Amino acid sequence: MTSINVRVDGASYSDDVEPRTLLVHYLREQLGKVGTVVGCDTSNCGACTVHLDGNAVKSCTVFAVQADGSEVTTIEGVGSADALHPVQKAFHEMHGLQCGFCTPGMIMASIDLLQENPSPSETEIREGIEGNLCRCTGYQNIVRAVQQAAGELSGSAGQA
Amino acid sequence: MTVTEDAATLAPAKEVGQPRRRKEDARLITGRTTWTDNMVLNGMLHLAVVRSPVAHARITGVDVSAAQQAPNVVAVLTGRDLAAEQGSIPCAWPVTADMVNPGHPSIAVDQVNHVGEAVAIVVGRTKAAATDAVELVDIDYELLPPVLDMETAVQDGADLVHDELESNTSYHFVFDAGEAGTGVDTEQAFADAEVVVSRRLVQQRLIPAFMEPRSVVVQPQGDNFTMWSATQIPHVLRVMLAMVTGVPEHKLRIIAPDVGGGFGGKLQVNPEEVLALLVARRLGKPVKWTETRSESLMAAHHGRGQVQFIDIASDRQGNVKGLRVRLLADMGAYLRLITPGVPALGAFMFPGIYKFPAYRFECDGVFTNKVPTDAYRGAGRPEATFAIERIMDELAVELDMDPLELRRKNWIGAEEFPFTTVAGLEYDSGDYEQATQKALDLLGYDELRAEQKRRRESNDPVQLGIGFSTFTEMCGLAPSRVLGSLSYGAGGWESASIRMLPTGKVEVVTGSTPHGQGHETAWSQLVADQLGVPFEDVEVLHGDTAVSPRGMDTYGSRSLVVGGTAVVKAAEKVVAKARKVAAHLLEASEDDLEFADGKFSVRGTPGAAVGIQEIALAVFAAHNYPEDVEPSIDAEATFDPVNFSFPHGTHLCAMEVDTDTGMVKIRKYACVDDVGTVVNPLIVEGQIHGGLAQGIAQALYEEAVYDADGNLTTGSFVDYLVPSAADLPHFDTANTVHVAPGNPIGAKGVGEAGCIASTPAVVNAALDAVRHLGVSDILMPLTPERVWRAIHEGGDGGARAAAGTNAYGGAQTESTAGVSTPQSSLGGDR
Repeated sequence: MTSINVRVDGASYSDDVEPRTLLVHYLREQLGKVGTVVGCDTSNCGACTVHLDGNAVKSCTVFAVQADGSEVTTIEGVGSADALHPVQKAFHEMHGLQCGFCTPGMIMASIDLLQENPSPSETEIREGIEGNLCRCTGYQNIVRAVQQAAGELSGSAGQA
Repeated sequence: MTVTEDAATLAPAKEVGQPRRRKEDARLITGRTTWTDNMVLNGMLHLAVVRSPVAHARITGVDVSAAQQAPNVVAVLTGRDLAAEQGSIPCAWPVTADMVNPGHPSIAVDQVNHVGEAVAIVVGRTKAAATDAVELVDIDYELLPPVLDMETAVQDGADLVHDELESNTSYHFVFDAGEAGTGVDTEQAFADAEVVVSRRLVQQRLIPAFMEPRSVVVQPQGDNFTMWSATQIPHVLRVMLAMVTGVPEHKLRIIAPDVGGGFGGKLQVNPEEVLALLVARRLGKPVKWTETRSESLMAAHHGRGQVQFIDIASDRQGNVKGLRVRLLADMGAYLRLITPGVPALGAFMFPGIYKFPAYRFECDGVFTNKVPTDAYRGAGRPEATFAIERIMDELAVELDMDPLELRRKNWIGAEEFPFTTVAGLEYDSGDYEQATQKALDLLGYDELRAEQKRRRESNDPVQLGIGFSTFTEMCGLAPSRVLGSLSYGAGGWESASIRMLPTGKVEVVTGSTPHGQGHETAWSQLVADQLGVPFEDVEVLHGDTAVSPRGMDTYGSRSLVVGGTAVVKAAEKVVAKARKVAAHLLEASEDDLEFADGKFSVRGTPGAAVGIQEIALAVFAAHNYPEDVEPSIDAEATFDPVNFSFPHGTHLCAMEVDTDTGMVKIRKYACVDDVGTVVNPLIVEGQIHGGLAQGIAQALYEEAVYDADGNLTTGSFVDYLVPSAADLPHFDTANTVHVAPGNPIGAKGVGEAGCIASTPAVVNAALDAVRHLGVSDILMPLTPERVWRAIHEGGDGGARAAAGTNAYGGAQTESTAGVSTPQSSLGGDR
């Protein structure tokens, strides 16, 4: 067992973990952060995407011990029902989800994409989220959602 | 499409037709929902399944001692331990009286018949402990020859999957229009025909690949069991588990919480669900099993898997005279819930939208040493649509006729509805010309044809093609009496109830269990209109057999058509019951009451009115209500459709093919679908998009490939290519609306349309681009290698693709049948 100290969604945790424990399993099984889900075992689907020190990572590709001393943000930390993140709001408004299983990872990847490229083209959006698989939507409404969120985020940045 | 803010003051008069944003989203976009794998119970044990690494073998020895002694392992159970109580996975669809069903153990006892079949279960205190101990279970296998290729499997003297059976054929299903009285003699029609075109087409195996892996939790409480499962069919599952395991039905409660996609893949009574129940019963402890993606691809059922021999007859002017279909349908190793029924359901759709005078369909269900097939989005209808839309193009080539002109000449005219087809189905409504014209406009057809001509004339390395699919499908499964006539084991009705709460809020209980379709939103729209209550005042309950006791669940584009109609019928009963109370409260005759916008008012007496939500409170208090009625306006209804519904549409794909590299790229995709009345255009468009993605994926990306030993070589998402956003184009979609006459909503069903229609449009487009180079077929999926080889080496691209690669090396599957060489079966010519 190895001791780690992690901040997750604004709260501090100190835990002992097996060195082989994946970050996603630590989040789900030890912290109860079940908003982040597991969709595959080869880091292809991106359903488990979270932010590690501000950057999107597939949390099945990161050991919990690698997050020691880091700040993790999950889907549960980016917004709430009363104060949605613009990307969450856009997924709702543009019908960017159906079953919703890929959605947490897709939203986290999209937020990261917009941090790096605030006004992506359609092609840049499609390539920017190609590490995240969705089986329901055919992606078109996800692209629309990211486009809407980009507009809203750049608009609010302009006002600030 | 625009999305409007729905401020109360702008509230539409009618909810149906509005692009309401979904009620379901709030919990999903914030990560606060209830997937089965999220469930944690005190003392819960975890299951890990030991799976067969070989396709076909006798089990000669099982040693679990090392696993049993592993840390935190509670029990290890084998097939022998569970043989007496496991029963057989049920098959609800014996398509012929003499269908052979060898039985389907949930866990192998003496013999394994596909890679991934369960052979032992490790029960651990943690998932990691159970998974670690899987490696310690030692099983001896005596190998048997794997049976993988259907065309070989049906030969005399072929190796047998089940050696106690006489052959690998489970059933021979025939529909002959001449014998059924719905058409003329097919053999005569072909004998008299001026032109006959015959093709062998392959529908490769696909994997549903829902994003949420299957998961099941079972909690024993005394002699009761509660099961949470990521299933499409909690109601069917409850009945079947009771029959299989002997746990009385009334002692079993099934809950499908939020379910992360299904696409038919969760329309199953899974071996692991049976096993979880048996282990929980035996140990008296709550248990959980959640699969890995690799397990899912290997052990959850697959879809499609057909070799299609299609003959079409016509005169020289292109008037079709007959259609003959012979299928080999891959059952896999066993028959699961509706394994044999999938191709049989497709039997009725091969004639498509065309007026064939003669039709004969024959299908052999064939056992192979692969995981069973079963429902996958469209289930029988994509296979049929692919065959007819491909063969129409082949006939057009043979006749040197424009493929659209050939279709026009033969399709059912708008004025001919309702139209009884040669397969005996009564198509309800539609206008194929209108949808086609609209799709041509949406695509920019004439410009693209002009560009195609330019590229051809200049011998451009990138050629352009346009593919058609003018399709229909049978939806709204299903009229119970028709299902009975097809030997299906259950009905196709759906149930709903409406509970009017004292505060005027409304609970709608539906038996149709969603897994991403948006029932909560659409049903709320229906009820808001029916009862005249605000959309927000309606809550839709589903997916728990204790809450929603009757249901047939969600598949076959049935939810709105059948389940939504049950909701409407229940609402009508609520209004009828409320009318009696309203008459009493208003001291008026029922006949003088009008019901509109949620209020009963007395005709000719302004101001005399009572709202249905007020009536809900009145009957709750029950101080003042009519003598001859019960103090409740709650109601339930069961709707059994009389006919299927028949959505249709025209899908057009413009495809660029790089003849130097074999790379294909969808330049533009346009489709116009007629799904009847649209309750929520946002949801309808989303369903079309998702269906298109899966249908295009069949054409271009996906195939479940087995190697010569029966190993699934596409056993992870590294190799099984579910497309990403970068792999798919923008879709231009639109609708025409011809109301379905068979239900009061007028809806036809939309869940499968995009998936059914798109595959042949894409393949036809690729072929249209390169046909002048001598290519007449390319096997799906159209990988760059296959396309390049078809262009440069002839054939269908499958021959050399089978050799020299890991994925296709020696694969004796349908898509390489007849082309694999002894060299390739030894691993290719690397």
